[in-house]
Amino acid sequence: MSAEEIKHLQKKANDIRISLIEALIEAKSGHSGGPLGMADIFSVLYFKEMKHDPKNPEWEERDRLVLSNGHICPVLYSAMAHAGYFPVEELKTLRKFGSRLQGHPHREYLPMLENSSGPLGSGLSQAVGMALADRIDGKQNDRIVWCLTSDGEHNEGNTWEAVLLAGKEKLHNLIQIIDRNYIQIDGNTEEIMPLDPFVEKYKAFNWHVIEINGNDILDIIRGIKEARSVENKPVIIVADTVPGKGVSFMENRYEWHGNPPGKGPEDVVTKDKQGEVALKELRAINF
Amino acid sequence: MINEEAKLNPNIFPSDCAVDESDFEMKAIREGFGEGLLAAGELDENVVGLCADLVESTKMNLFADKFPNRFIEIGVAEQNLVTVASGMAAMGKIPFVSSYAMFSPGRNWEQIRTTITYNDRPVKIVGSHSGISVGPDGGTHQAIEDIALMRVLPRMVVISPCDAIEARKATIALAKTKDPTYIRLAREKTPVMTTEETPFEIGKAQIFFDSSHDGKNPDVGIIATGALLHKALVVAKTLSNDGAMVRVMNLHTIKPLDTDAILKLARETGALVTVEEHQIAGGMGSAVAEYLAEHHPTPIEFVGVRDQYGQSGTPDELIEHYSMGVSHIKEAINKVIKRKK
Repeated sequence: MSAEEIKHLQKKANDIRISLIEALIEAKSGHSGGPLGMADIFSVLYFKEMKHDPKNPEWEERDRLVLSNGHICPVLYSAMAHAGYFPVEELKTLRKFGSRLQGHPHREYLPMLENSSGPLGSGLSQAVGMALADRIDGKQNDRIVWCLTSDGEHNEGNTWEAVLLAGKEKLHNLIQIIDRNYIQIDGNTEEIMPLDPFVEKYKAFNWHVIEINGNDILDIIRGIKEARSVENKPVIIVADTVPGKGVSFMENRYEWHGNPPGKGPEDVVTKDKQGEVALKELRAINF
Repeated sequence: MINEEAKLNPNIFPSDCAVDESDFEMKAIREGFGEGLLAAGELDENVVGLCADLVESTKMNLFADKFPNRFIEIGVAEQNLVTVASGMAAMGKIPFVSSYAMFSPGRNWEQIRTTITYNDRPVKIVGSHSGISVGPDGGTHQAIEDIALMRVLPRMVVISPCDAIEARKATIALAKTKDPTYIRLAREKTPVMTTEETPFEIGKAQIFFDSSHDGKNPDVGIIATGALLHKALVVAKTLSNDGAMVRVMNLHTIKPLDTDAILKLARETGALVTVEEHQIAGGMGSAVAEYLAEHHPTPIEFVGVRDQYGQSGTPDELIEHYSMGVSHIKEAINKVIKRKK
């Protein structure tokens, strides 16, 4: 991995961040914290690790990416646009009437999505189903089913039902990446509904667990490399991410989970300046 | 009388028209599903089966034994059952998922909505042990809301076979469609009314009985779904022996509704009785009434459960107690005929 390549992925992550913030400013509603925190992982997936072809979204042999926590779709849409699935300019239709970019992903409107999502806790099951189908067809070594989840949705029983089944079925063609950012709508995850010791829980359910810094390109790549080498177990990459990453007044603040610029807490930047300041900070980053 | 085109079992009526079920050929509707899934699995290797710890009860065992590699035991986890199936369907599989209707689609409705119908995936949801005639297990296990839950979902096809043979045909037929589908089964043995030769097509209602004559229109039409169709037929035969003219429709597909057939029946009879083992609210009768209220307002009496839960008892005791027996169907017919203009 050359320094050049790393810089390229960092730059892509920043482009993804800028575009999603621009989209949220236009939309005047939507989630900021999670999408910003996950931009580095989306950059690595869409510009390095995932087997996909933006010019041929229905390519049968592509990897599958299931976004379970659909509310972070601004980062998914932004990554897809920058990868070439649709024009970056279209991101500004986010959440507007008639847009392909629904407030939560809907594949009836954007058929190149693998699934519709939003209601929490059912994406991992769908990814398990995809991995099982590949195993039935003897394709378990041909591609990866990626599933992106949140820590908040680990409050859902449905998630743990899927965790049990994946462990039972030893689905090594499934890689879950959890955005372990410790926030959910009402506050810190450990106060709302404690998940720790999270890693030990997954180990007890017969998963292979890899911990990474989810905002470090090199560490993300290292984690995925290890994940690909695992046999006979499903893998979870526990990504320690900073919610709101890249925008100083949003970082690590749960109040920014569900708000766009212009609608968040005003103690640092007033509402009328939030969008402008966020974009200014992101555009000032040098690579 | 019996519509010859329906090619029904010739022995569906006892000589004295008493409803003593020992007189009939009896078979559980769920058995027909089990046979149908096995046949569908042989016809198409993309058919897969998933079950929530009720393989034997829901009769998925025939399929699971024959195709162990295409069968997934999910455990007691109905939310996972349907969402895993959605993922398999996304990869080109045609998943059949079975449990008791009370738990699937009873417990996992939002997952069905988001990941199957909203997501447009061809998952076939098999709800066994539906209706109040589940019996001694009691009200917790008697799904009498499932038709309402499923028919409200855009894209969902809803099928309620009247007997085991129809369930087998329906299962084979729906394995060939891309529609998300709910098929409603029952636990106990019920009369076998149809034969191998009886036509079956998803979405096509059938007239099973018609005692009108001399070019006259019938006095009343009965629309029934599921095993209670047999009681409707017995009532029709009894009343016809006394001179009444009755037409009976088998409405196995509740959604999409065969509106042409229902409109014709309403126009020609001017009075309808709907019969189902389900809450009246949101059930098959509601679907018929919604359509006719807009297109051809017609007096209707509903036979079904009236905003109550079930309890333990034998199927016969419960059907009588909750007013879905032969006498109740007769009473509904008398009432609706009096309402005719």
